[in-house]
Amino acid sequence: MSTAMPETIPYDEALNLFEPVFGLEVHVEMGTNSKMFCPCPTAFGGEPNTQVCPVCLGLPGSMPVVNRTAVESTIRIGLALNCTIAEWCRFARKNYFYPDMPKDYQISQYDEPLCSNGYLDVTVATAEGPKVVRVEIERVHMEEDTGKLTHTGGATGRIHGADYSLVDYNRAGIPLIEIVTKPVAGAGHLVADVAKAYVAELRDLMRALEVSDVRMEEGSLRCDVNLSLNKPGSPMGTRSETKNVNSLRSVERAVRSEVERQSALLTAGGRVVQETRHFHEDIGRSTSGRSKEQAEDYRYFPEPDLVPIAPSPAWIDELRATLPELPSAKRSRLEAKWGITPFELATVVNAGALDLVEETIAAGVESAAARKWWTGELLRTANDQGIELADLPVTPAQIARVEALVADGSLNDKLARQVFEGIIAGEGDVDEVIASRGLAVVSDDTSLLAAIDEALLAQPDVADKIRSGKVQAAGAIVGAVMKSTRGQADAAKVRALLLDRLGVTEA
Amino acid sequence: MTAITRAEVAHLATLARLDLTETELDHYAQQLDVILQSVARVSEIATADIPATSHPLPLENVFRDDVALPCLDRSEVLAAAPAHEDDRFKVPRILDEEH
Repeated sequence: MSTAMPETIPYDEALNLFEPVFGLEVHVEMGTNSKMFCPCPTAFGGEPNTQVCPVCLGLPGSMPVVNRTAVESTIRIGLALNCTIAEWCRFARKNYFYPDMPKDYQISQYDEPLCSNGYLDVTVATAEGPKVVRVEIERVHMEEDTGKLTHTGGATGRIHGADYSLVDYNRAGIPLIEIVTKPVAGAGHLVADVAKAYVAELRDLMRALEVSDVRMEEGSLRCDVNLSLNKPGSPMGTRSETKNVNSLRSVERAVRSEVERQSALLTAGGRVVQETRHFHEDIGRSTSGRSKEQAEDYRYFPEPDLVPIAPSPAWIDELRATLPELPSAKRSRLEAKWGITPFELATVVNAGALDLVEETIAAGVESAAARKWWTGELLRTANDQGIELADLPVTPAQIARVEALVADGSLNDKLARQVFEGIIAGEGDVDEVIASRGLAVVSDDTSLLAAIDEALLAQPDVADKIRSGKVQAAGAIVGAVMKSTRGQADAAKVRALLLDRLGVTEA
Repeated sequence: MTAITRAEVAHLATLARLDLTETELDHYAQQLDVILQSVARVSEIATADIPATSHPLPLENVFRDDVALPCLDRSEVLAAAPAHEDDRFKVPRILDEEH
């Protein structure tokens, strides 16, 4: 090419020229005890090929039997997404040759999904304030997860250039729910935000329903992003499908990068090829995979080894009664109750601390203090240890106890942190840690004054400065006293005693 | 009027990873055509009030409880495989097969 065309057009500029349409396919691994069609356990991280049986290995003569809880979870998801629940539906056999499924087919649902035609409202932040966008749901269906491949040989560990592959079938057969949106048009410049907010809302919904632990880093929620662009007033353009989008940030980045890439192609007079693209977390971009010029032919047919599912109205009502307060309703309620902004609440939600903060407030702690502990110190510790906040051995009742001790002056903030450190290190309950570590605010004036005198003697130049009226220098002495009392003094009190000692008043 | 064309049989063979010779293609296309035409006669009898059958037993909602049970022993599982390495099944390179 003689004239170099730009490979991408900046996102906002691109969306001034084109209207985006996106669709998302989200796969959620259910948190059931056993697999979809066999009683193998589903725990993550087991030794390879130790959670397998004749059914999930596709051994001849084995027969699948449907997990009732997985069906119930799917119906509950469908109800929470305002879907119609099918009166009668079947599983379908999807035929393909790939070693991630040992049967050479996957049991899925095709033209008879269990749930269809629903919606999920999501909220995105705009310059004019929060905006609610309705994302319509096409279908929610059940299928089974595939095994995990490791590509060996070659330089990159990728499938290209690999000499051979190794397969672990522990994941094969874990219940998987696929949630497919209808094409979402009209989001304009908000398209990346809406896509991300939809996945975040879906994640929160799965958590509230307790159907999945939705740990994206462990692959229990995975997205495929479809995106096309068209000129205003023109029909929908050709879409690309970006697979492997496995974090909230990546959903946003996958949409942005496709907007930027497709707009440059179209502006240069080219056309978008209907293809599968693979998203790479490390570079935040996708690369071209196989072309979809020829529609895939999976030769779907009704699964002969399973009988139809026909949920009775009574069963559906029973399941409807188990639906919890849904995340959006809960957020509105808590924002009002705690008197905080949507942004402040989002911090709590993103930390996975909503229930913990709610319980801590119920235990008598102020909203600000409850949020401060869970989204600050404790969240940092959980992140450092690579665990979820809820898995820390700290309880809302313990926070209430510590806050009460801070309020009556027995502890200060620094000591309170040491108490939690002790609890997390397994040294016992609040009062046990305080006793064993000797944590208590030194409030007896005599010992504080002795520490002050010692600090003044050690830094005579600072002492002179304070005497001459430079009150801001007092910090150095207060710091020295806090250090010598190992943080067990009340800094404000030390400061007051110090100024009094030197006969200086606050400026 | 044939029920299935030779090209359709060739396409199905590719999907099923069957390497058929030209002679075999002719042969199977002819045979499948006879089978499909015979089945098509059933459709002439089946009217709108007879629903299609996908399962011989009139059953619905056959489920098992969500209880995990012990699995197969890994050494037995892997012993049945043509090849294995690092406790995993070893399969030939994938992309060559994927055109």
